[in-house]
Amino acid sequence: MNLTSLQLPLSELPEEPVEALTGTLPAEAAGGYFPYMWLLVALPAFGALVLLVGGKRTNAWGHLLACLLPIGSFVLACLLLAQMMGAPVEDRLVTLEMWDWTFAGMFDVPFALRLDQLSMVFVMLISGVGSLIHIYSIGYMAEDPDRRKFFAYLNLFVAAMLLLVLANNYLLLYVGWEGVGLASYLLIGFWQYKSSAAVAAKKAFVMNRVGDVGLSVAVMLMFVTFGTVTFEQVFAAAPEAGDTALNLIGLALLLAAVGKSAQFPLQAWLLDAMEGPTPVSALIHAATMVTAGVYLIVRSNAIFDLASIAVTAVLAVGIITMVAGAVIACAKDEIKKSLAGSTMSQIGYMFVAAGLGPAGYVFAIFHLLMHGMFKADLFLSAGSVMHGMKDEKNMRFYGALRKVMLVTTIAFICGFLGISGLPPFDSFFSKDDIIKAALGTNWFAGVAAIAAAGLTAFYMTRMLSMTFFGDKRWKEEADPHESPSVMTVPMLLLSVGALFGGLFFVYVGDIVGWLDPITGYQPFVLPINDTVLEIVTLVVVLTGITLAWRQYASRPVPQQPPQQVSVFTTAARNSLYDDAFNEAVFMRPGQYLTRWLVWFDNQVVDGAVRGIASKVSGAGEQVKRLQTGFARSYALLMVGGAVLIGVVFVVARWL
Amino acid sequence: MGTLTILGLVPLIGSIVVAVGAGPSLKRAKQLALLFALITFGVAVYAISQFDRSSTEPFQLVESHQWIPTLGLTYSVGVDGLALVLLFLATLLVPLVVIAGWNDVEDTAELPSSDGQRPGQVRGYFALILLLEAMMIGVFVSLDVFLFYFLFEAILIPVYFMIGRYGTGRRTYAAVKFLIYSLVGGLVMLAALVMLWFTAADVLGSPTLFLPDLIGLPMDAGLENLMFWGFFIAFAIKAPLWPVHTWLPDASGSATPGTAVLLIGVLDKIGTYGMMRLCLPLFPEASQTFAPVIIAISVIGIFYGALAAIGQTDMKRLFGYISLSHFGFITLGIFVFTSQGQVGAGLYMLGHGLSTALLFMVAGYMIMRRKSANVADYGGVVKPAPVLAGMFLIAGLTALALPGMSTFVSEFLVLLGAFTVNPWLGAGATLGIVFAALYVLLLYQRTMTGPETDQVRGMPDLNLRERWVLAPIIGIVVFLGFYPAPVLDVLEPAVANTMEWTGSSDPETELTPVAEGSQP
Repeated sequence: MNLTSLQLPLSELPEEPVEALTGTLPAEAAGGYFPYMWLLVALPAFGALVLLVGGKRTNAWGHLLACLLPIGSFVLACLLLAQMMGAPVEDRLVTLEMWDWTFAGMFDVPFALRLDQLSMVFVMLISGVGSLIHIYSIGYMAEDPDRRKFFAYLNLFVAAMLLLVLANNYLLLYVGWEGVGLASYLLIGFWQYKSSAAVAAKKAFVMNRVGDVGLSVAVMLMFVTFGTVTFEQVFAAAPEAGDTALNLIGLALLLAAVGKSAQFPLQAWLLDAMEGPTPVSALIHAATMVTAGVYLIVRSNAIFDLASIAVTAVLAVGIITMVAGAVIACAKDEIKKSLAGSTMSQIGYMFVAAGLGPAGYVFAIFHLLMHGMFKADLFLSAGSVMHGMKDEKNMRFYGALRKVMLVTTIAFICGFLGISGLPPFDSFFSKDDIIKAALGTNWFAGVAAIAAAGLTAFYMTRMLSMTFFGDKRWKEEADPHESPSVMTVPMLLLSVGALFGGLFFVYVGDIVGWLDPITGYQPFVLPINDTVLEIVTLVVVLTGITLAWRQYASRPVPQQPPQQVSVFTTAARNSLYDDAFNEAVFMRPGQYLTRWLVWFDNQVVDGAVRGIASKVSGAGEQVKRLQTGFARSYALLMVGGAVLIGVVFVVARWL
Repeated sequence: MGTLTILGLVPLIGSIVVAVGAGPSLKRAKQLALLFALITFGVAVYAISQFDRSSTEPFQLVESHQWIPTLGLTYSVGVDGLALVLLFLATLLVPLVVIAGWNDVEDTAELPSSDGQRPGQVRGYFALILLLEAMMIGVFVSLDVFLFYFLFEAILIPVYFMIGRYGTGRRTYAAVKFLIYSLVGGLVMLAALVMLWFTAADVLGSPTLFLPDLIGLPMDAGLENLMFWGFFIAFAIKAPLWPVHTWLPDASGSATPGTAVLLIGVLDKIGTYGMMRLCLPLFPEASQTFAPVIIAISVIGIFYGALAAIGQTDMKRLFGYISLSHFGFITLGIFVFTSQGQVGAGLYMLGHGLSTALLFMVAGYMIMRRKSANVADYGGVVKPAPVLAGMFLIAGLTALALPGMSTFVSEFLVLLGAFTVNPWLGAGATLGIVFAALYVLLLYQRTMTGPETDQVRGMPDLNLRERWVLAPIIGIVVFLGFYPAPVLDVLEPAVANTMEWTGSSDPETELTPVAEGSQP
């Protein structure tokens, strides 16, 4: 039962990994819609500008405009995709040069966009899922007095994210990279009157900035090594560069990626980021922005292929976060935090895949796409639940909601099927491919990936049963009801993706063949029989589902979390103590340092200056006189100075 | 009379007119001040349009007259790309400061001051602003070292009175401290100036301080070192650099927002400008010799300023420390002797001026409403005054060098320039961006977000005048973030000259990129 027939087309592919470089085609020469690809970014950027500058005047229609513009980008993306599919493989990499951007000496970076098979996949995901979430937000944010601002920030996000994936060089990518960070900051802290939201937003931005140091250093290293930072030139020259340089660049890029993608050790911000409105969690902190780290690594495959240390580090980071995220997801009672742990874990899968090198890049992107759909679906369903439950987030106060929210239940189940790895839904294809590639390359990674699949099934079943099944444990004021269709329709559309996306990309759209020219693909040899492995994985998944179902659906769930639990559960509830660690190692010492420095500056540095000043002017008498009769004294000083100059020059002349 | 002379004379005449010729109406005085400031900006734009970008001449629009022939002193003015950029900054900000500070002085009158002095007259404040502008322009266009020195010193007069008479809090203390610091720097510079005059007379046969004649002047190494430090110390105090910075927080804490914008946004650039204009070309050997020391001071300043900013409780002092950190970046860029570093430093001066202007103006608006600069007195401002909070955030984002702002381009170029010389230096200084995020976002979090406190309830949002002052600055910062070419184009030749005079060149990259390969 070889349903995951991704290996099949491989026989038609050349033995050697295809050289990623095909040369770029100027957009003018490519013709068609390519010269207009800047509109992909410009449309949502325009929306953000209009809504922010227009202010209250746009309150009435702003959200509609904000929905239309990403839809416009999506339509253009579809046209571009069609044109790209119609073009021969060597003509699919198109560059749109716009203007000279940052230059000094030999450093010369253009403002230029690059559309190829990899960025096309992202453009479709961002504009497609982005548009659906915009529409959903019309309903979700209907009551919010600042809805216009919300939509402005969402548009800003889409524009920045599209710039991130369309940039043709690392410095312009950086603009999108921090642009999405800004949008994320604004949206996590959207309900600014809540101190917790403001703190979470700042935490996310600052931790991301730690990662951005890595991106800065990577760009600088590239310039020093290659004399350029455009993708094309860097990738072409990569084989000529030294091992050390390539590994350092790879590690610096990895630092950037772990910050943006909430991977170990910069993962602590993501759980707090759930303070933002739920559509934000779905779009930014699940489907798109947090996967930018995976994009960065896969995009830089020419470097990672030659950097053995860096690529191993990617794998290690992936394994740790894949397991740790899943463990955290098993213990959280807030539905969104559990989903956030899941996101960390799923992106961990993608890092594992990327860390396998050419055997895994395509599967990282494949799983990323699948994740974009099923996780957005899960978050939007969770949002729909919260919307109906007066913003209650704790699953211990849910239960039996299937009886009042049928559509939401269906959508959530679709997402559940998409993520858990049951055949024939999304993860059954994408996650199993990662497990196989991992086993074929590094058995430890493979075993960890299978274990994490079991955990995934466990926490998803836990979430499903605590929310929609079992007994109702609602608070008295809760009045659960189904959400309006402006919310449920986007959920259902994403559900379709969560159910059939995997099937589609395996049997209709050949994702491996599509990405291969950009990422390269190297087939691997499985150490064990394909079917045996699939059965093993399925058994692990079913075990996870059964255990969770028995625990959370068949037995009553207490409203207060049980206190008599193992140290492991306590650790998982505390997100494995990441915040405690950061606080003890960075925050506290930092606070002491800044306080000490303020004292030092006032007492020691300035004290020394004051001391010298009063000595020079005779025990402070002069200073005092200056303070009282300042005008006269000042005039005196000036005159004295002028006379001094005069004397000096006269003397000089005389000499 | 050349364009540059007219450029300096317009605000000078304006200053006199506002002070004595405006009649009794205060409103008329303000309007006249604004009119003269706008005309000055217009003349500056004209001068910029006259500048030939393709020319290889080190200085353009040059005008030279005898001044004190017996001493060989001249009135000589001219500009290169760097001076041009700073002229633009100065003449742009003055009219905006005039508009922003329309009510600065009256409002200040309600603030408690330590010595109980009565606030000065409004017209005096605006006359001083124009006088200051005239002198700043003079410094930036001076091609005679004596003329530079003369204005460098004379400029203390308007600033002293702007802080001491029109400031807030411990304004007299702050003004005197600023004055003493500056006079010490000025004296050291005077000594170096005299030495330079002697050296020139010695080598060239006739005394002169005309800058183009002095470039490449052969001199004794010991003497060169002495003179270098003489000029450098004066500029380091002016900029200021760590550890001679302690006048800055006091001055920024006590100045009116308008004064702070001009003092820290523009006037302090004279320090970093002087380093590039005088220290490097006149004393190339010494500049290279002592570069490691200055780089060390710069890096200390970057982190010291950032950490001290995080620990401040007074908003305006906090901005002072942010500037200390940013000046560290600028001098780092200058003294790594690469074109990325120096072009970055030039753009940084512009960006820092604009960013500082935004910070002080927005914070000034807020302080005016609440009569306190203490961070703890705010909280949840975004509720009553969302536009103010939004502008405050944008100002902060320019300070933390968000990509898409011109400050990002400049900061990255500076760091890159450092990195090409020494990767550890570049990478180490890059850590500064994390602290920048902290000092900006912590301040925003504490003042603007959270539950609306009683103190800020009912705080009026920005009015149209206030918004329209900020809008052009934000527009320029963002425009240059995406399209910095107009500034980079004029800075590059200027930097190329400086690099040539100092005999420095960019390190080679390991590989040379092949031309962008496109399909036939």
